[in-house]
Amino acid sequence: MPRREKPKLAVFKLASCDGCQLSLLDCEDELLAVAGEVEIASFLEASRAVVKGPYDLVLVEGSITTPHDAERIHQVRRAARFLVTIGACATAGGIQALRNSKDVHEFARYVYPSPQYLETLNKSTPIVDHVFVDFELRGCPVSKRQLLEVLSAFLAGRKPVVPTYSVCVECKRRGTPCVMVARGTPCLGPVTQAGCGAICPAYERGCYGCFGPMESPNTASLARTLGDHGVDAPGLVRAFRSFNAGADPFRRESEIHEQT
Amino acid sequence: MSRPEAERPAAKGRTPGTAAPRKRAPASRTIRVDALARVEGEGGILVRVRGARVDEVQLRIYEPPRFFEAFLRGRAFTEAPDITARICGICPVAYQMSSVHAMEAACGVTVGGALRELRRLLYCGEWIESHVLHVAMLQAPDFLGYESALHMAKDHPGLVAKALALKKAGNAIVEILGGREIHPVNVRVGGFYRVPARRELAPLAVELAEVRPVAEELLRWVSGFSFPDFSCDYEFVSLRHPSEYPFCEGRVVSSKGLDVAVAEFEEHFVEEHVAHSNALHSRLRARGPYFVGPLARYNLNFDRLPSGIQEAARRAGLPEVVRNPFQGIVVRAVETLWAVDEALRILGSYDPPPAPFVEVPPRAASGAGASEAPRGLLYHRYGIDARGLIQDARIVPPTAQNLRTVEDDLRAFVEANLDLPQERLVWRTEQAVRNYDPCISCATHAIPLRIERLPG
Ligand code: SF4
Repeated sequence: MPRREKPKLAVFKLASCDGCQLSLLDCEDELLAVAGEVEIASFLEASRAVVKGPYDLVLVEGSITTPHDAERIHQVRRAARFLVTIGACATAGGIQALRNSKDVHEFARYVYPSPQYLETLNKSTPIVDHVFVDFELRGCPVSKRQLLEVLSAFLAGRKPVVPTYSVCVECKRRGTPCVMVARGTPCLGPVTQAGCGAICPAYERGCYGCFGPMESPNTASLARTLGDHGVDAPGLVRAFRSFNAGADPFRRESEIHEQT
Repeated sequence: MSRPEAERPAAKGRTPGTAAPRKRAPASRTIRVDALARVEGEGGILVRVRGARVDEVQLRIYEPPRFFEAFLRGRAFTEAPDITARICGICPVAYQMSSVHAMEAACGVTVGGALRELRRLLYCGEWIESHVLHVAMLQAPDFLGYESALHMAKDHPGLVAKALALKKAGNAIVEILGGREIHPVNVRVGGFYRVPARRELAPLAVELAEVRPVAEELLRWVSGFSFPDFSCDYEFVSLRHPSEYPFCEGRVVSSKGLDVAVAEFEEHFVEEHVAHSNALHSRLRARGPYFVGPLARYNLNFDRLPSGIQEAARRAGLPEVVRNPFQGIVVRAVETLWAVDEALRILGSYDPPPAPFVEVPPRAASGAGASEAPRGLLYHRYGIDARGLIQDARIVPPTAQNLRTVEDDLRAFVEANLDLPQERLVWRTEQAVRNYDPCISCATHAIPLRIERLPG
């Protein structure tokens, strides 16, 4: 085989659950093929071998929640030719952004007996608030299929094809009857970006927004519909304030119902 | 990719760290691994050695805290399985199971029959997936002297590919029953949102039957590794059920005589502030550090394994009580084989339940739940109000419970192996931590991280 320089891939983790980078290890059928195409230069979850940067492609999982990470992300950016953030933590602050509307010091006292040892920021923020990001991949967790699409698009030097329409489109395509229409089950599908494959409605529950807001979502109209389906104001706050609480359209909608 | 000398594959059965010492170790040295690889989450090790004594051991946690218990307050009790799953992408099912059992205990509901069987099936999937990931991808490379499974795959492509197929079968259970492998969507308080028809599960039985020989082969393979002779006087802690190998039910028992209900957990276990690391460590109020995970489960429940699995364990050279944490890899392989069989048993007798869930009306109460995550006992307790809003939450993950024991192991292990050259000792020390399959993402919300700049 002719030897050429393989592109160097690195994976970094900030505040997160490891789930998004685990998606890569969960690509059982493709993992060895991917490993053949790129040099896995730094992927601590999988390997103790670390190759120095710069890296051609860097995947970042997790949000910025500490002063240390707020600095570290600049180093990561400098070492990255192409930086892709993966998952709701990295693209919207993740579930830990629930602190953003509360008092993080009270949180720290509640969980830890010695909160003075914690160095934590008041807000959990997405990577794009700190450095330039080349591509954001949504999901809590990201979809394996979309992750592989990002990797192969990168290897082919093209832009990843990741739709920004709603989960409703995926439901239709899958032939799942609408859970709101058929059963009156509250569902965030109409305002949530596709990508998961519309799993929740296929399992007879409403979408809960893992992939964050679609492009120009009409959250106000959905909130009215959910209200008609019996969701009260605190329920609306909770619905919009979960894994993508920090994404602007969801944050704004949740704040509206907090005041009512 | 070139491999530096120390990373060359050792001959089968030869492990890194067993080479004869080349020269006397220096009088004072520091073993420092800044970013520990092949664990879930971010941590490092610091061991300070003076002469023949270990001065200080720290398993340092960089993982930022995420405050789950704090923001669970005010959320609906039905949201706990979805939210707590996000503590750990490696064992979301464990979080879902401990949380739903705690909520059901609070509301005075028990879930039985086919729903209970389906929960066990889901848990089998997670054990298979997580154990095979750990055994083949994270831990085996240590025994054979590779930096990673991908490096290992170059010399053992068939084996790594087979292990991936086994792992995939575990993931397939979680995906079909749960909707997706990571953070499944189908688990709810009271049962499931939708239960599968028999025909939906049929392909799983085929896939599992196909990979069962791989689980046997994996067990044979790892049982042939050589294990450093090492043990401490551990107190093992796990659930124990009257008749089954434990998943979500049973009493909390220990190898030193503890035997209490899950609801009494907090009377017997405390989280302590340890001065040297400023990390929270769980300890048994009466005795101190303890050990949870596959070794503990196996040691305390050997008699609950079917005779065929007991036989497989014996053939793999395991005694009924395993005290060497380096052999944890073999115990994981035994549990993997058991989980494949248990899943096949459940699939073989599955009849869909009449309803996908039982109603769980909320009431003002507190409830505790515990289940056996792949890495060990995972305890949850919630207080909820009459509307079902969470008032109070407490989560004790397995890795937090093992931290004291890991540090004790490191101290003893390093002291016993000071003759090794530095590079090998460092690798071996990392390996001693990976024995516990530590999940630092899980542990962190119970461990304040201490940013301490230590002189190198
Ligand atoms: S986005 Fe969700 S799955 Fe991904 S790391 Fe964050 S919590 Fe885990």
